[in-house]
Amino acid sequence: MSDLLQTPLHDLHVRLGAKMVPFAGYSMPVQYGLGVMKEHLHTRAKAGLFDVSHMGQVIVTGDNPALALEALIPVDIVGLAEDRQRYGFFTNEAGGINDDLMLANRGDHIFVVVNAACKDADIAHMKAHLEPAVQITPITDRALLALQGPAAEAVLSTLDPAAAEMNFMDVATLSLNGAECWVSRSGYTGEDGYEVSVPNGQAAALAQVLLDHEDVEPIGLGARDSLRLEGGLCLYGHDIDTETTPVQAALTWAIQKVRRTGGDREGGFPGADIIFAEMASGAARKRVGLRPEGRAPMREGVPLFATDEGGAQIGAITSGGFGPTVEGPVAMGYVTADLAKPDTVVYGELRGKRLPLTITKMPFTPANFKR
Amino acid sequence: MKYTEEHEWLRVEGDVVVVGITEHATTQLGDIVFVELPDVGGTVSKDDEVVVIESVKAASDILAPIDGEIVEVNDALTDNPSLTNEDAIGDGWFFKIKPSDPSQMDDYMDEAAYKAMIE
Repeated sequence: MSDLLQTPLHDLHVRLGAKMVPFAGYSMPVQYGLGVMKEHLHTRAKAGLFDVSHMGQVIVTGDNPALALEALIPVDIVGLAEDRQRYGFFTNEAGGINDDLMLANRGDHIFVVVNAACKDADIAHMKAHLEPAVQITPITDRALLALQGPAAEAVLSTLDPAAAEMNFMDVATLSLNGAECWVSRSGYTGEDGYEVSVPNGQAAALAQVLLDHEDVEPIGLGARDSLRLEGGLCLYGHDIDTETTPVQAALTWAIQKVRRTGGDREGGFPGADIIFAEMASGAARKRVGLRPEGRAPMREGVPLFATDEGGAQIGAITSGGFGPTVEGPVAMGYVTADLAKPDTVVYGELRGKRLPLTITKMPFTPANFKR
Repeated sequence: MKYTEEHEWLRVEGDVVVVGITEHATTQLGDIVFVELPDVGGTVSKDDEVVVIESVKAASDILAPIDGEIVEVNDALTDNPSLTNEDAIGDGWFFKIKPSDPSQMDDYMDEAAYKAMIE
């Protein structure tokens, strides 16, 4: 365990009684005293504080960094207004997804947040393709916190009232507990909330001030996973990976018109031909939400079939578990395109039995964003 | 009360044995969200998989600790699996088994030995 990296909040996690587990090379809290179920429900009811400092923070500077990034990401970055944030992904030559990420236009630079497990590869990828025209600078002197839930606005506003002025996907620099923080109104739970990039040396103090609020509890990776699953949000390496295209993954909404066939800045990213062909003629498989009947959770890897016996496999679950807010099992996975319609019943093979699941629109719980 | 290395507890009640899992086990498993119980009237052999429990983290199998006939199961767990977290050695029991060879109970630990094992 000694070779695991620690975030600036490590001592705080230990003091709070967290159960620490290895995750993407870091020692991270999977749960605290409340346990996964109560942590999940608390986040939806009030507010949860997450340490997501393991994620990669990167600044892209230089001559038109937005346009430069469009060579790797099929998203309208040039048209992203200042102090606005947008979801995107790096594609590969096969049209698959190398990682998904958040992009923010901060005026003189683009601020990028990528997944922990992919960050080294992402940084190398950007450096290899974009330097020296633009500069890629990993930010290692900042922690990343997420404050998520309906009480997040009221809590963060006690530290800087400007937090309340932000809308969903706005970004701003706020002074929080004396720290200069880069704040976005976004997250990974399906709830309103913020992600806060804070200097390492001030991170633990800021976390403690937030936790001192009666509505805030520390939340571990366990509940982060069940929250994002109910929210219908993809987990990289599971629901999307280098083999899944954005079309198969039902993420074409993230490719704005200007980057699509016929757009002013059409294509120009890896795998564009394959992705455009799939957009035109349809993908062979689609990512869908799935509600298992009964109470038994169906997890990643469960094979899916069209019928309750016989027949070839038509897909598999990529994420699944128990949804505390839904009060039942929820899952997502891929099925062949002909079956990818809401209310279609498919069957998952669990412990030798085929059990029905219903294809369901996501999110499984209504999103509570401040639009 | 007797204990298995698999963190089950066994309590003799008349001519049946009540089986559940220990508080130590529930703490390790986390919040239990699903319990699949065996059929009443079925005959099981020691080490058969008789119960499936799913926590927020993973699925686990509970093995039959002894040979015998399942005479009753705790149906309350089907709708409220968290009973096992709340009261592992009480309301959270899994099944009652009528032993075909009561001497098999002698294989298991007493409370002092179990406590020593988990420390």
